[in-house]
Amino acid sequence: MLAGQPLFQVKNLTTLLGSEVFDFSLHPHEVLAISGPSGSGKSLLLRALADLDKHQGQVFLKGRSQATFKPAEWRRQIVLVAAESAWWSSTVADHFQKLPTEQSLSELGFSADVLRWPVNRLSSGERQRLGLLRALVLKPTILLLDEPTANLDEKNTLKVEKLIKDYLKNNPAAAIWVSHNSTQRKRLNSKELVLA
Amino acid sequence: MNVISLSALDLGLAAMLVILLSVLTWWLKIGTTRSLLIAGLRTVVQLLLLGHVLRLVFSAGQWYWVAGIMAVMLLVAGYEVNARQHRPFSGWWGYGLGTLSMFASSFSLLMLTLLLLVQPQPWYQPQYAIPLLGMLLGNSMTGIALALDRLTESAWKQRREIEARLMLGHEWNDAISNIRVEALRSGLMPIINAMAAAGIVSLPGMMTGQILAGTSPIEASKYQILIMFLITAASGLGSVIAVQTGARRLFDDRERLTLSRLKSRD
Repeated sequence: MLAGQPLFQVKNLTTLLGSEVFDFSLHPHEVLAISGPSGSGKSLLLRALADLDKHQGQVFLKGRSQATFKPAEWRRQIVLVAAESAWWSSTVADHFQKLPTEQSLSELGFSADVLRWPVNRLSSGERQRLGLLRALVLKPTILLLDEPTANLDEKNTLKVEKLIKDYLKNNPAAAIWVSHNSTQRKRLNSKELVLA
Repeated sequence: MNVISLSALDLGLAAMLVILLSVLTWWLKIGTTRSLLIAGLRTVVQLLLLGHVLRLVFSAGQWYWVAGIMAVMLLVAGYEVNARQHRPFSGWWGYGLGTLSMFASSFSLLMLTLLLLVQPQPWYQPQYAIPLLGMLLGNSMTGIALALDRLTESAWKQRREIEARLMLGHEWNDAISNIRVEALRSGLMPIINAMAAAGIVSLPGMMTGQILAGTSPIEASKYQILIMFLITAASGLGSVIAVQTGARRLFDDRERLTLSRLKSRD
């Protein structure tokens, strides 16, 4: 990566919604907070960035265009954490490509044996936190977070925020964070993008 | 062969049974009277027609007649596979996927049977080629229809799970792997059941026919074993081809789940 070159760059992007053209860039350790009414295309923007939907325009990671990555290779670096996590296998551990450290589990309020739990035992808040963790173990360069604290109480919200902030501080990574909560956006100390 | 010939009276009495059943369904208000009678009528017309066509083809013995009949059988089977789908692929894929999978599996196994196993002279002799293809197509049709229906229906219902795996950097074939396994399993289930029950729960149709036609039961059972293995291979091979190709078709060139390629018959 050249000096001064952005980590992640979006040029002339339009999503399936098609009403807005996006141009922005992110440098390492940065957060871009996205807000806007429901239906304004926040999730569609994240889906386009993860290359899950057709879109127009260009997206670059470290100066390299999306089209030159294999799709799976792109999505291992640009990881989308959906608002509602989905689980396809019976135990929690099956969903982790690399097992999380005990420290990261305990920072989210779990003991190590949560990995052996059956998925259907998890509450929606537990699913949301573990859904984030299974993305973080991939060491993504760009984290796309779709309301990652929507199902959480105050205490767990702060735990999740801290885990993400620590990840961004200790790694040359950046995040795009959809949040409805204006005090949360203040705490993130981030650039802001408001969709209409 | 010492077959007892059936008279018009014999068939008429059998038809009376169906008519009596339809009167019973009318009286019980089950609402199937009409379709029962129409289906019965279709059976008479279609099978008599088939009998006459086959008589002509058998006596002519020309390869192009055999090829023509086979093409019609394949196209009808392809139509039936597509008609069984709750969420078929849109456009030519809907019809083409089942038809081509059946073509690849049934015709290759038919060639194997005619050229290496049974070896009639000439190899395309219609008395062998047409009934053999009929059994291969009929069974792989069921298998492929079930497998494809399961594939598309499960992909539709589990799209969030598939996309969750894509989001974590799984490749398309990993993201749909468990659905593909389910689909293949349901495609193979009927033929596994048929093999397991053969001869105990059911006396297979072809063996019954050969015995009625005077073939020795031992000879008939050998033919039936051959046929069972062939239709198992045809069903399995056809289901694998259909499911592999269909699963790939559910993703576009950027490995995005593309359910817009399915249409719904709700």
